[in-house]
Amino acid sequence: MPTILQPQSFPPYLYRMLQSILFLLLLVAAFGLFAWQVRKIRANILVGRDRDMSGHIAERFRKTLLVAFGQQKMFKRMTPALLHLVVYVGFLVINIEVIEIIIDGLFGNIFGFHRALKFLGPVYDVLMATNEILAALVIVAVAAFWWRRNRSQPVRRFTGVELRAWPKLDANVILYIEVALMVALFFMNTADLKLHQLRGEELPGTFPISNLLVGLLPSSEGTLHVLERLGWWIHITGIFLFLNYLPSSKHFHIILAFPNVWYSRLVPQGQFSNVESITNEVKAMMDPSFVVPPAPTAPDGSALAPTPFGAKDVEDLPWTNLLNAYSCTECGRCTSVCPANLTGKLLSPRKIIMDTRDRMEEKYESPLIFRPNVYGPEAKHEPVTDLMEATLLRGKVTPEELWACTTCNACVESCPVNINPLESIIEMRRFLVLEESAAPNSLNVMFSNIENNGAPWAFSPSDRFNWADDLFAAEKPAKTAVA
Amino acid sequence: MLRCALHDVLGRSIPFPMSPTTPTAGEKRQINVPVMADLAARNESPEILFWVGCAGAFDDRYKRVTRAFVRILDHVGVKYAVLGLEESCTGDPAKRAGNEFLFQMQAMQNITTMNGYGIKKIVTACPHCFNTIKNEYPALGGEYEVIHHSTYLQQLINEGKVGVSGGESFKGRRITFHDSCYLGRANNIYEAPREVLAALDADLVEMKRSRANGLCCGAGGAQMWKEPEPGKKDINIERTEEALATLSGKADALANLGGVETETGAPAAHDLQGSIIAVGCPFCMTMMSDGLKNKEQESKVQVFDLAELVASAEGINA
Repeated sequence: MPTILQPQSFPPYLYRMLQSILFLLLLVAAFGLFAWQVRKIRANILVGRDRDMSGHIAERFRKTLLVAFGQQKMFKRMTPALLHLVVYVGFLVINIEVIEIIIDGLFGNIFGFHRALKFLGPVYDVLMATNEILAALVIVAVAAFWWRRNRSQPVRRFTGVELRAWPKLDANVILYIEVALMVALFFMNTADLKLHQLRGEELPGTFPISNLLVGLLPSSEGTLHVLERLGWWIHITGIFLFLNYLPSSKHFHIILAFPNVWYSRLVPQGQFSNVESITNEVKAMMDPSFVVPPAPTAPDGSALAPTPFGAKDVEDLPWTNLLNAYSCTECGRCTSVCPANLTGKLLSPRKIIMDTRDRMEEKYESPLIFRPNVYGPEAKHEPVTDLMEATLLRGKVTPEELWACTTCNACVESCPVNINPLESIIEMRRFLVLEESAAPNSLNVMFSNIENNGAPWAFSPSDRFNWADDLFAAEKPAKTAVA
Repeated sequence: MLRCALHDVLGRSIPFPMSPTTPTAGEKRQINVPVMADLAARNESPEILFWVGCAGAFDDRYKRVTRAFVRILDHVGVKYAVLGLEESCTGDPAKRAGNEFLFQMQAMQNITTMNGYGIKKIVTACPHCFNTIKNEYPALGGEYEVIHHSTYLQQLINEGKVGVSGGESFKGRRITFHDSCYLGRANNIYEAPREVLAALDADLVEMKRSRANGLCCGAGGAQMWKEPEPGKKDINIERTEEALATLSGKADALANLGGVETETGAPAAHDLQGSIIAVGCPFCMTMMSDGLKNKEQESKVQVFDLAELVASAEGINA
């Protein structure tokens, strides 16, 4: 047995000191590493185009409360909503215990106290009991999640070209870590409980699940102490590891869902963004007296490189779309309601969001783990040898995917954290059409029809009013009208 | 004689005598659709501008919707006008396809026309025109009150200006409403079309994927003008199958409507004969009609726009 865990063979104060110092180091390392990774992600998001999302505080606050905290959009599908609610509430409540663990770890050892929040009395009882019940429910929910993903016929949205290799492993790793954390929690509580029982003391708090498990542990005080410490250390180390796994994982959504919902588009979903630079050009064309405002310059007054119309790569997308990419937990609700995807087309809105994240990390900063998706031949990717040439458009997202979109907004509507895949699709279509003239031929015909005939079809504009010819109505007795 | 008349209107025989294009026997009078330029010349201004849209002006099938809606406008005596030859594509298909330049050219042209006439209020029977003018024209200087005809019809019914009586009765007919994306999810209009249909006293049935969960007909985003990408199925077939399953009462028995497998041997609880798929969008109209033809159900089930149903129930078709 490791000496460090054995109080007898060591002066007790030294042993406690050592634990505190070790914990402090761990705490600083964990949050330092996390901050370092968050900075990288922040930098990635900020390579996106400027978009003013300020104002409308009340509406944003309400949306964040309802959609992010309240999980409003999750409840369109009851089963996953309830399972997710358990894990979500469990996460929130167990975090209170994490605060206690941090206080205990930093000061409890030195000042000789244990379970810092016990002064809450009956509230502490309720808190610990809720915690334990939720932890047990989390294990059940996670088991259900695992089953939904890994059975021979998984839920349809957990399949698809973008959900293999790393994303598939990532989803399972999250589930395994969650179970491990809960098991460690039970270990800690049960050992603590039995230790107190053996000593004839009463452990503050109520532990309904651990009470059932006491019988499973040995009755040696030394072993129990080791088990309690092991549970405590594994639980908190696990949490710190998980914290630092988040930036590399889809699970980062537990943090970014909130800012992402805060920065939701507040305009009707049918309203597509306006391209101001084009507005200036069109105005100048139609009105010779219109003065085109000067192009924005760099802070030192030098001219900026002209920005393309639409998006070819991640830095051409508005920063909100890049925030979207980091808020995505790859649940696939968007893809499961996409009419194109449902009918077997290549388009999957989730893939576009995942590709955006991969591309940001490929081109710019990446967190600890970076495993971009590699697609098989069914994704119909053109082979790209140079990574820097593998832009988001064509390098990751093929025109075939983009042209399959009906702009129906089903993906936007379905996303529980208000991600907008449609906007990225339109930005890339703009690049294809305006920068590459690479629209499908039939669409080019439609464009020229609009230009020449003022209608998307090849009709003569002089026939536009023919529908009104020979239009008759039955004479109706006036009584029905305005009765 | 009736049959001849119907042959005339539809260009094909109608297996059941009642149809929302059935002319009412009796007096008829010609409607001269007021054009904005004429009104302006007389220094008059209309209460509403009826934005017809390209489909409403050129598509043979949707022209019937335009005509039905004009009959309603005429019937309620509202002072309206159309732009006539001065109307041009809103630019919606160009914008959805990524051609922002062409969109803005079209938008500015239309805005110049409408601002020149001092237009305040616009009603349109096309959700795409509706969305574009309402949401995307303001940034380019075109600010109007824009109403989709489903909302307008609902207002007319609520105000008692349209009684939805005196014409064809829809009592007991099974009708399902197909939500247009640009009306529903794009602009949150779900209830107005349903309230219009409810006034018909028909047997309104909902598809499993309806309102915010409605499935696109497959024509939005400029898909109307191109072939679909390779896949297992066309979107309008998927949607038509859902509509048919709903109308025939099979939908309850279907295991998986969320997937591609909508066809099973589930028993039909209702005869499809005389059922209606109601739409409020010219593209949905085309897609659902094509879907019915593909499923060889066009002799039993018909696709009608809300305006056609209201005009028919009101008995003002001629």
